[in-house]
Amino acid sequence: MSTLSQNINSDVHEEHEHHEENWVTKYLFTTDHKMIGKQFLITGLVWALIGGALSLIFRLQLGFPDMNLDWLRPILGEWITDSGKIDPNFYLALVTMHGTIMVFFVLTAGLSGTFSNFLIPLQIGARDMASGFMNALSYWLFFISSVIMLSSLFIETGPAAGGWVVYPPLSALPQAVPGSQLGMTLWLIAMVFFIASTLIGGINYIATIINMRTKGLSFNKLPLTIWAFFLTAIIGLLSFPVLFAAALLLVFDRSFGTSFYLSEIYIGGEALPNVGGSAVLYQHLFWFLGHPEVYIVLLPALGITSEIIATNARKPIFGYKAMIGSMLGITVLSFVVWAHHMFVSGMNPFLGSIFMFLTLIIAVPSAIKVFNYLTTLWKGNLQFTTAMLFSIGLVSFFISGGLTGIFLGNAALDIQLHDTYFVVAHFHLVMGSASFFGMMAGIYHWFPKMYGRMMDEKLGYLHFWLTFVGVYLVFFPMHYIGIAGFPRRYYSFTNFDAFSSFTDLNTFISIAAILTMSAQFIFVFNFFYSMYRGRKAPLNPWKSTTLEWTTPRVPGHGNWPGKVPVVYRWPYDYSKPGAEDDFIPQTVPYSETKSSNLPHENELIELEEEINREDEKVTEPQN
Amino acid sequence: MFNLLVGAGVLLVLVILYLLFRIQSLIGIAKKSKNIESTSNNVNANLFILFLIVGFGAMFYYSYVNFDKYTLPVASEHGPRVDSLFWWTMGITGVAFILTHILLFIFPKMYKYDKNRRAFYYPVNNKLEFLWTVVPFVVLSILIFSGFRAWTDITAKAPDDAEVVEIMGYQFAWSVRYPGNDGKLGNYDFRIIDATNEFGIDFSDANSFDDFTTRKVVIPKGKPVLFKIRARDVLHSVFAPHFRLKMDAVPGMPTSFWFTPTKSTSDMRQETGNENFKYEIACTEICGRGHFSMKLEVEVLEPAQYEEWYASQKSFLDRNEDYLAKVPEKYRDLAMEVSGIKDREKGTSDNNVNSAL
Ligand code: HEM
Ligand SMILES: [Cu+2]
Ligand SMILES: [Cu+2]
Repeated sequence: MSTLSQNINSDVHEEHEHHEENWVTKYLFTTDHKMIGKQFLITGLVWALIGGALSLIFRLQLGFPDMNLDWLRPILGEWITDSGKIDPNFYLALVTMHGTIMVFFVLTAGLSGTFSNFLIPLQIGARDMASGFMNALSYWLFFISSVIMLSSLFIETGPAAGGWVVYPPLSALPQAVPGSQLGMTLWLIAMVFFIASTLIGGINYIATIINMRTKGLSFNKLPLTIWAFFLTAIIGLLSFPVLFAAALLLVFDRSFGTSFYLSEIYIGGEALPNVGGSAVLYQHLFWFLGHPEVYIVLLPALGITSEIIATNARKPIFGYKAMIGSMLGITVLSFVVWAHHMFVSGMNPFLGSIFMFLTLIIAVPSAIKVFNYLTTLWKGNLQFTTAMLFSIGLVSFFISGGLTGIFLGNAALDIQLHDTYFVVAHFHLVMGSASFFGMMAGIYHWFPKMYGRMMDEKLGYLHFWLTFVGVYLVFFPMHYIGIAGFPRRYYSFTNFDAFSSFTDLNTFISIAAILTMSAQFIFVFNFFYSMYRGRKAPLNPWKSTTLEWTTPRVPGHGNWPGKVPVVYRWPYDYSKPGAEDDFIPQTVPYSETKSSNLPHENELIELEEEINREDEKVTEPQN
Repeated sequence: MFNLLVGAGVLLVLVILYLLFRIQSLIGIAKKSKNIESTSNNVNANLFILFLIVGFGAMFYYSYVNFDKYTLPVASEHGPRVDSLFWWTMGITGVAFILTHILLFIFPKMYKYDKNRRAFYYPVNNKLEFLWTVVPFVVLSILIFSGFRAWTDITAKAPDDAEVVEIMGYQFAWSVRYPGNDGKLGNYDFRIIDATNEFGIDFSDANSFDDFTTRKVVIPKGKPVLFKIRARDVLHSVFAPHFRLKMDAVPGMPTSFWFTPTKSTSDMRQETGNENFKYEIACTEICGRGHFSMKLEVEVLEPAQYEEWYASQKSFLDRNEDYLAKVPEKYRDLAMEVSGIKDREKGTSDNNVNSAL
């Protein structure tokens, strides 16, 4: 292992010595992991704004059903009907695109893509990813996917409109809804590129973490961020191919007359020839990815907050091993709970019972994580950086959204709650908002490393509080209408006596959503302003222990100008009794901290000397 | 003109905000002291407390005042069981929600940065980890177990004497079929669907002769009812909120759900004080343009009224005599008999005789 990593490292390093960069190799077709991370970030943020804007359009429809929307005609054209309303078909298309964009393009590519790329080499002490080329390829496949998905918003029949889960037969039959014509084809093509991008990226993350850790950095000294990225990549690698299979069969059904998902259908005045297929089969395949996907979205956010909370509480993360254990548990269990999305799909109720058991078990590792976060805060010395605030916000959403999962995982309760706004409230808190807050926390925390400058803290506070309060105002009330049974993906709620009295609440939610979205522009301003004019960042602004803060203010190719530092200790030596400072970086050997060492750590000193000798031997020829 | 003014106004405000921000940050740089124990740290800690109090206050107040608005009265035998499970879960998760949030928002105040203090170096405690693995596990096991029992009972096989109603979803409405006097639904085949025979009833099956279709679901109070559910184009889902009932309608794969209604429509009118109360079925699986308007009315009658209503319904064949042609020759007589066509014809001919006299 170590020889391999040495070779890779030295290759990159040499390249670094003598090469010139032009605009294209630096910003566009770069193979530098930091730049690729930033590419993912910027693309993800653009997608977040688009996805958010779409949600505002359909929130206008729900909150102000009588409003005249003619003023949207310049953007939406024919999708605004003559009476100034959104076309119901387009409403569904908006919901579908909003969901697809948020889940895949923002919170998978934008979150995991950004931080896995940016942080893995920096935190494990590698000069770059295992394969820079594959890394660039991963971004550009994502970019192609983005272009295709975006273009589907502008075609005449509109984008896919079957919900982000695109269940057939609705998504398979062009005559069922206009979105299932060209829009659905583009959706499928875009997702194929997206899956390829995720797989290539994931293989790279895994290879890098396994092979290229710097000397001394064993798995039990890895920051929790890296653990999270590692497990996320594994989940992705195992589940995305199944989505690919599901999509492929759907392509066959759509274009080549097969009947994987179609059976006994009479539509548009004619009976179709398909028999023997199963619509429920698609649901099984989809959710085999779909459920792990929520953890693909969430785990990186949890990893990021673990890091940020420990740093800003000036306290070791409580239960490091338990945190890893619970992430491992979540990883394994996430593959065996998928059918909890299908309790009332018509599948065998006995199967439902089994998935109910498995689902409620997965709540245990989640509970462990929450308690560990709380204990980490307890008796800490808390400094509220913006990143810290967002991390605390994440924990709050994780709790409130996670607890409603206990309702939904219970098949008997899911009968009533399935596909109502209770579900919308649940997943927006636990998956949407929690992961979004993780992403924000990560940006505020690592911005100094990305751009060498600090973001403005006051604006950050304002952004946090408006968003935190806003998210609760938007999504908490949705529980109420969900309990009352209001179904999701409804264009209007006045057709039913049972649901027609929620106008006030829906208006309230929409206003809160508009305000919350507006608050995001504070962030956009802060981000771009600070990129150029922010205060110059000190080398280690948060007094953190991990390796990325040992690089220069703006690390170049290869990350460390000299030797890659050696790691001696775990990343959470904050406020260690007897230590001089309230943090000890991972690069400080135990031999230099005799006053704070615990008994078993003194025994490690000998080992350290061995590592040092070896380190000198190997690195000598290079410099 | 007005738009222009608004635009200019907004621009002005933005410029002013930008200048204020610029001044603020320049002062910040000039002062240069980066003190962690800053006022911001205090303000943020206090805001968490404020959020805790106002947030919980609003939640409790709103839930209390609007409780009835958001809790639907329940009208099926298994309903109260589901509801009680719901409120138990609400109680348990509610306690967890409140306790964890009190800690989460009070810790920032209690432990905010103080440069004279060190955080407590406390990396691990296996007893605690064990405790909060086991406690959630036990609590969840109890919830799972009661959920499991309720679920198995609700999804158990329907009693043999259940009233059978077939509900079929299509874009964008529902159709309802009853088995008629023989209690057996006739076969169907999607290939023989046409504008009138929307179910694709197969008239070579003798069970179909007395089947009748309706535009709403009518069921008796206090008797088990079995919904046989299917769809003929895309997925739909039958959701009857008052009965705590939901089941997808899947093309090519019939599903079902049985339950016992406990309150007639007029009972509900009394209970809710709403004279126009109607039970409704809504579609909860995205199915296209009209998804939001796929409504089906359900009427629950007293058993005696129900029998009367049932007997007064005319069979499909009776109402669409053309379809007699689809009945195989050898059954035609039987079909005329069972579907009630014969009776009707006799009736009219009797009438004719009478009027002639
Ligand atoms: C600006 C903030 C947001 C607002 C106001 C918002 C609002 C909504 C609403 C009201 C729906 C349900 C629409 C319907 O069923 O008719 C919805 C659907 C959805 N949202 Fe969001 N959302 C926001 C952000 C997010 C984020 C950050 C995520 C990331 C996970 C997300 C993921 C989804 C998904 C997956 C759906 C389901 C789409 C479907 O039904 O197929 N949303 N959103
Ligand atoms: Cu799931
Ligand atoms: Cu529908």
